[in-house]
Amino acid sequence: MTAPVQTGTGTRLRRAAAGPASFLRATLAIAAKDLRSEFRTKEALNASLAFSVVILLLFSFAFDPTVEQTRALAGGLLWLVFAFAGALILNRSFARELPNDCLDALVASPVPAPALYLGKTLGNWVLLMLVELASLAVFGIFYNAAWTRRLGALVGVVALGTWALSVVGTLFSALTVNLRLRELMLPLLVYPVLIPVLLGAIQLSGPLAMGEPLAEEAGAWLRLLVGFDVIFTALALALSESALVG
Amino acid sequence: MRVKLIVGCCIAAAVLLARNLYVMLLELPDEVAQGPIFRIIFFHVPAAWTAFAGFVAAAVASALYLVRRDLRYDAFAVAVTEVGLAFAAANLVTGMIWARIIWGIWWTWDARLTSMLVCWLLYAGYLMLRHAVEEPGQRARIAAVFSLLACVDVPIVFFSIRWWRTQHPQPVVWGGGSMDPAYWSMLFLNWIPLLLLGLAMAAIRIGQERRQRELEALRRLAYSL
Repeated sequence: MTAPVQTGTGTRLRRAAAGPASFLRATLAIAAKDLRSEFRTKEALNASLAFSVVILLLFSFAFDPTVEQTRALAGGLLWLVFAFAGALILNRSFARELPNDCLDALVASPVPAPALYLGKTLGNWVLLMLVELASLAVFGIFYNAAWTRRLGALVGVVALGTWALSVVGTLFSALTVNLRLRELMLPLLVYPVLIPVLLGAIQLSGPLAMGEPLAEEAGAWLRLLVGFDVIFTALALALSESALVG
Repeated sequence: MRVKLIVGCCIAAAVLLARNLYVMLLELPDEVAQGPIFRIIFFHVPAAWTAFAGFVAAAVASALYLVRRDLRYDAFAVAVTEVGLAFAAANLVTGMIWARIIWGIWWTWDARLTSMLVCWLLYAGYLMLRHAVEEPGQRARIAAVFSLLACVDVPIVFFSIRWWRTQHPQPVVWGGGSMDPAYWSMLFLNWIPLLLLGLAMAAIRIGQERRQRELEALRRLAYSL
C-alpha cells in the first residue's frame, strides 16, 4: 500500500475503505453504480430478456409439451433459460468498464478488490433476478403454469441459485474480460462449475414453478444450494484480489 | 538430472507394469460374475486416482503461484493438469469399454460417470482458458484462479450428482463393495507404475514449458534489438 495521501479527498477516501461498515458502503456504491448505468442504457437487460423469451418460445415449438410434459420439463427449462440469459448480463458486467479505461480507474480507486467484486456481484444478482422473474411470468403464461401459487418458496430458491450464478459468473467475467473469445469463454467455464447448483435448483424449482409442494428429499438440495453459495462466496472473495487487480 | 529422473521413472514403470500384467493375466483368476473383463479395473481405478492426484497437485501449485508469482509454479500446474486430464480420459475410456461388455451400453448418466465427465470438462476448460490468453503472467494468474475454483468444485459435483442418481457398482473404496485381498493389492500395486508414468510425463511437460518461456524471452530480445 502507498503512504497515506495528505490531501483532503485522498485521506477521506482511504479512510472510507477501512472497517466493515465502509466495506459495505463501498460494496453498495459499486452495486448502485452498476445498476444506475444499466437502467440508463438497459442494453444488457433488454438483450437478456428478449433472449429468454425467444428460448421459451422456441422450446414450446420444439417440444409442444402437454401439461404432464411441462411438469417434467419446467425446472430444467427455466434454469437453462436463466443460465443462458444470465451469461449475457454477466458478460457485460466487466466488458462495460473497458471503454475509457474505467476498469483501471475502478481498480485504482480506494475501493478494496473484495468490495469491488462483491458490489459487482450484487448488481448482477439484482439484474439477473429481474430477468428471471420476468421470464417466470412469461413461462407462466406460455406454459399455463401456476407459478404464483408458491411464489415465496420459488423466489427463495431462484434467489439462492442466482446468487451462485452471479458469484461464479462475476468472478469469471472479471477473469475473461480481456480475452479474445470473451463471449464464448464465459459460459464455457461457468456452466460446468455451476452443475451442482443447476442440479439442485432444477430439482427444487420444477415442482414449485408448477405450484406443487416439494418432495421429501428437497432439504438435501436446499442445503446443497446454501452450501455452494457460502463456499463459493468465500472462495471468490479470497481470490478477488488476484482476479481483479493482478 | 531431469533426464535421469524421466528415464528412471519410465524404466521403473515399465518393469512394474510388466510384472503386474503377468500376475494380472496369468496368476489372478477371473472374477466370478464378470469374467476376464474385470481386470480393466486395475487400470480404471488407479487412472482416476492418478488424475485426482494431478488435479490436487495443480491446485496446490496454483495457490503457490498466486502467493509467490513465480512462473515455475505455473509450469508445474499446467503440466500436472494435462497429465491428470489424460488419466481422467483413460479412466472414462476404460470405464466405457467395461460398461459396453457388462451393462451392454457405452454410456449411462450414472453418478460417477457423469461426475468424471464434468470433472474432465472443467479441466479441459482450464486448458482452453490458457490458450485464450497471450501474456504469460496474466495467463498464469487467470489459470491459477480457475484451477483453485475447479478443485473446490469437483467434490461438490461428485456429491450433488451422487444424490441425483447412481447405477455404478459400489465403489471399492468408501463403499459397500467387497473385493478379494489379492485384487485389492493389485489395485494399489498397479497404481505405482501409473503414478511413475504420470510423473515422467509431467516432468517432460515442465521442460517444454521452460523452453517455451526461454524462446519467448529470446523472441522479445530479438524484437527489441
